[in-house]
Amino acid sequence: MKIQNMAESKMARSETARRKTTPSKGGTRFALLLLPLVAIIFSLCFYPHSVGAQSKTASQSAAKAAAKTDDAPGAECLACHGDKSMTTTRAGKTVPLYIDGKKFAASVHAGFGCTGCHADLEGKDFPHDTPAPVKCGTCHDSEQQQHARSLHGRAIARGDALAPRCVNCHGNHDIVPVRDPRSAVAPLKIPFVCGQCHREGTAVSRNRPIPQDNILENYSESIHGEALLKKGLSVAPTCATCHTPHLILPHTDPASSINRKNIAATCTKCHSQIETVHRKIIRGELWEKQANVLPACPDCHQPHKIRNVFYDLGMANGDCMRCHGDAKLHRGRDGQSMYVNVNEVNHSRHSRIACSQCHSEVNASHVRPCETIMHGVDCTSCHDEIGKLYATSIHGQLVGRNDPNAPTCKECHGTHGILGKQDPQSSTFATKVPDLCARCHREGHKAAVRYVGVQHEIIENYTESIHGTLLKNGLTVTATCTSCHTAHHILPRSDPASSVSPANVPVTCGQCHHGIEEQFEKSIHSRRVSGSNKELPVCNDCHTAHSIHRTDQDGFRLEVMGKCGRCHQQIAETYFETYHGKVSRLGYTKAAKCYDCHGAHDVLPVTDPRSHLSRANVAATCQKCHVGATRRFAGYLTHATHHDPKKYPFVFYTFWGMTGLLVGTFVVGGIHTLLWFPRALQMRRELHAAEEKAAAEFGEFRSEGHHKEDRDA
Amino acid sequence: MPKGDVLESPSPNTVATTHHRVVERHFVRFTRLQRILHICMIVSFLSLALTGLTLKFSYTKWAAVLSHLLGGFESAGYIHRSAALVMFSIFATHLVDLYRLKRKEYGTWRALIFGPGSMLPNRRDWTEFVATVKWFIGMGPRPAYGRWTYWEKFDYFAVFWGIAIIGSTGLTLWFPLFFTRFLPGSFLNVATIVHSDEALLATGFIFTVHFFNTHLRPEKFPMDITVFTGRMPLEELKRDKPREYEALLASGELDDHMEEAYPPIVTRAIRAFGWAALAVGFSIVVWIIYAMLFAYR
Repeated sequence: MKIQNMAESKMARSETARRKTTPSKGGTRFALLLLPLVAIIFSLCFYPHSVGAQSKTASQSAAKAAAKTDDAPGAECLACHGDKSMTTTRAGKTVPLYIDGKKFAASVHAGFGCTGCHADLEGKDFPHDTPAPVKCGTCHDSEQQQHARSLHGRAIARGDALAPRCVNCHGNHDIVPVRDPRSAVAPLKIPFVCGQCHREGTAVSRNRPIPQDNILENYSESIHGEALLKKGLSVAPTCATCHTPHLILPHTDPASSINRKNIAATCTKCHSQIETVHRKIIRGELWEKQANVLPACPDCHQPHKIRNVFYDLGMANGDCMRCHGDAKLHRGRDGQSMYVNVNEVNHSRHSRIACSQCHSEVNASHVRPCETIMHGVDCTSCHDEIGKLYATSIHGQLVGRNDPNAPTCKECHGTHGILGKQDPQSSTFATKVPDLCARCHREGHKAAVRYVGVQHEIIENYTESIHGTLLKNGLTVTATCTSCHTAHHILPRSDPASSVSPANVPVTCGQCHHGIEEQFEKSIHSRRVSGSNKELPVCNDCHTAHSIHRTDQDGFRLEVMGKCGRCHQQIAETYFETYHGKVSRLGYTKAAKCYDCHGAHDVLPVTDPRSHLSRANVAATCQKCHVGATRRFAGYLTHATHHDPKKYPFVFYTFWGMTGLLVGTFVVGGIHTLLWFPRALQMRRELHAAEEKAAAEFGEFRSEGHHKEDRDA
Repeated sequence: MPKGDVLESPSPNTVATTHHRVVERHFVRFTRLQRILHICMIVSFLSLALTGLTLKFSYTKWAAVLSHLLGGFESAGYIHRSAALVMFSIFATHLVDLYRLKRKEYGTWRALIFGPGSMLPNRRDWTEFVATVKWFIGMGPRPAYGRWTYWEKFDYFAVFWGIAIIGSTGLTLWFPLFFTRFLPGSFLNVATIVHSDEALLATGFIFTVHFFNTHLRPEKFPMDITVFTGRMPLEELKRDKPREYEALLASGELDDHMEEAYPPIVTRAIRAFGWAALAVGFSIVVWIIYAMLFAYR
């Protein structure tokens, strides 16, 4: 703390001075108070005084005598200046020349005596001439130099009569340490000291170009002023804390403590580590290093009106809307409309954010403040963490490579009318997300065209999936694209950091399906449990990525068998040799599928006691379908194959026994038939011949019969 | 058939009705009950074969299509079990009929089993088989077969055997919970194989060997409807079962076994049914061959 240091050094200096003049610290105050008193009594007793120039000589000689006899500070001078009626006339004005000896004796400068400052009067005869102006800089050289460089000092140099000198703030003969509450520049008094000139209605406020108004009133209502003035918190910042005591400079001066570049350092003198609170906005050091692109403290916390809430903003939106409110406004270079619908902004998420906070390179001192804008809006100024995520995402990477297809913030979120994702009107509201992503990822569109993976018809599949169906039915908490792929950290599946990389899929799905994830992590398919280096299945390997269906629907139940078989090929094949597999293949969904027996997410080796198929659990597992199933019933070999004589000897030998019976029967039957055939053919020929003969005979008989009938008729 | 309406009989095998239509008189080979049972057997057997084979050959596209046509696997299962019940009923009815036959016509089981009308194979069947093979290879004349030839007896016992084997294993698979109370669970696997392979044998044999023996052999081609009408022309009896004919002639009982033939409308309906059954049977054979040769797993 600069001010404190300065005050301390002053104190130290005055201490030294006191030690020079007094033998002991304890007697110092007594002597300082007593000696002038003795001197006054002494002079009153022995030198009856008179008014007028006449008596001056006597009193001056008396003072001289007193000075010789006492070493009280300025005792000799006070012989005259201690008289309250003592005046002189300067430029036709009566000026009092009285000096309160008590106050002087109590001041920090008492030890130097009068001539310590008024050195030009040393050894002068009385009545002395008007002394030269005191040069405080003789001792306070650094303060003097700062003051000379300051706004005030330069005004003095210009001969500005209103410019304050040391004495205007600090007083003259009664200067006490700044820590002393009686000091004119004690913290509690600073606003009033500065306010002498910088309050409304003074010559300075009326005649000098000071951009701020109602400074003192605003300050007194600010959190700083309230603390200082109303609550007496002496460490609360005063004018001098921000503006410095002596090196007061306009904010446009790069050396000013309130210059845009320095203001952060000034504020952090008290608000140290405020950047940790504002990290998202200012990214730590950027706030100080690149204050020109990032908002500086006063952009949000208006000077003199500082509160822990946002105030009216530096670059007023109204100024921008003077031009951008014109519906016909367009950019010269490409004719793009530059119209800003203020209504849209006012109803947006950023309604309380000023234009210039996003379009940050504006310069209020220009006629067209926006002409200094060189870059587009950088949303990461505020949305820092999201910005970092986005930059590493595939979208961000493409933007980094200047890929024209890559979506930036505004492609998804819009611009001035931006709304929160909870707002049903927002383009990022859950029900709209699939359509939003579909703009690029629908088959044939720009993202889908460059995609080389196996996922196709993504949007259509999603829409028909259970998630898509639920979303269509208005369930906004169901999974949309961003639920799995994240909104800002989208990465291809092959990237280990991707939310949909095989290793991360269980966690991603577990965001909603947490109970399932817990089961899965304990299953043999979990890498933690299996300790396998092989590729293990995760959620989407069985449930698919985009066309996820209810597991109790036919589609899923009939498809999932093939999915287990991708890794467990042999055992899946044998499943299809037994009843469950055969009827499943015919489209019978009720028959047990792999996971009905082995468990779905909690699948474990059958040797594991916790497995659904362990010795202890297997009967209960069968009972899910076969009410009353016993342990012996569970002895049914669900994966029996007649190809494995070692594992399934009964099945193997039964099969071959039956096959032998079949082959034997068919061979005998076949040979019998083949041998019979030529004989049968021969018989047929003979039969035909006999039939023809019989038919001929029968024909004769028939014609005879007809004749007979005719006769009867 | 009222015999009093017969006006004139130019031949012992034909009669003229009141409408002056000449009606042939046929030898009655099967009773009404036997004919009904055989029709029921066809319906039941084809249903069992179709529904069962969809499961056996579930890996073929045909099976899936057929299963779908039958109303899905679940309804195919109901059809299968219903048809099985019919088959069991046929079996039971036949056994009861045998008992009735024994009581009314034979008196003792011994007479039934070892009599000339017995279905049980005997020494003569063996000699006839040997003689038949000789005839096949041109080393002898065609044997004079009796009421039941050895291949007919084989077919009959194939069904007997089949119903016992397929029926018992089928019941095991139908009520696995009951049977695993006293049988090991893996017996169900064995039962599955026996059931399905025996069924394959039955269907394969019926639709090839039986079809040929009875319907397709050239002198019968395209089909023999005796089992539906119960009647066969006397000429055919003389030719096919000469020994039975001779015996009946000798005993003078032949005329007791003669009845009027069915009118053509009835035989046409029977032929239509026969064709349908044959078509289904042949389709199944084609399907089995396809599944076994080209899609076997």
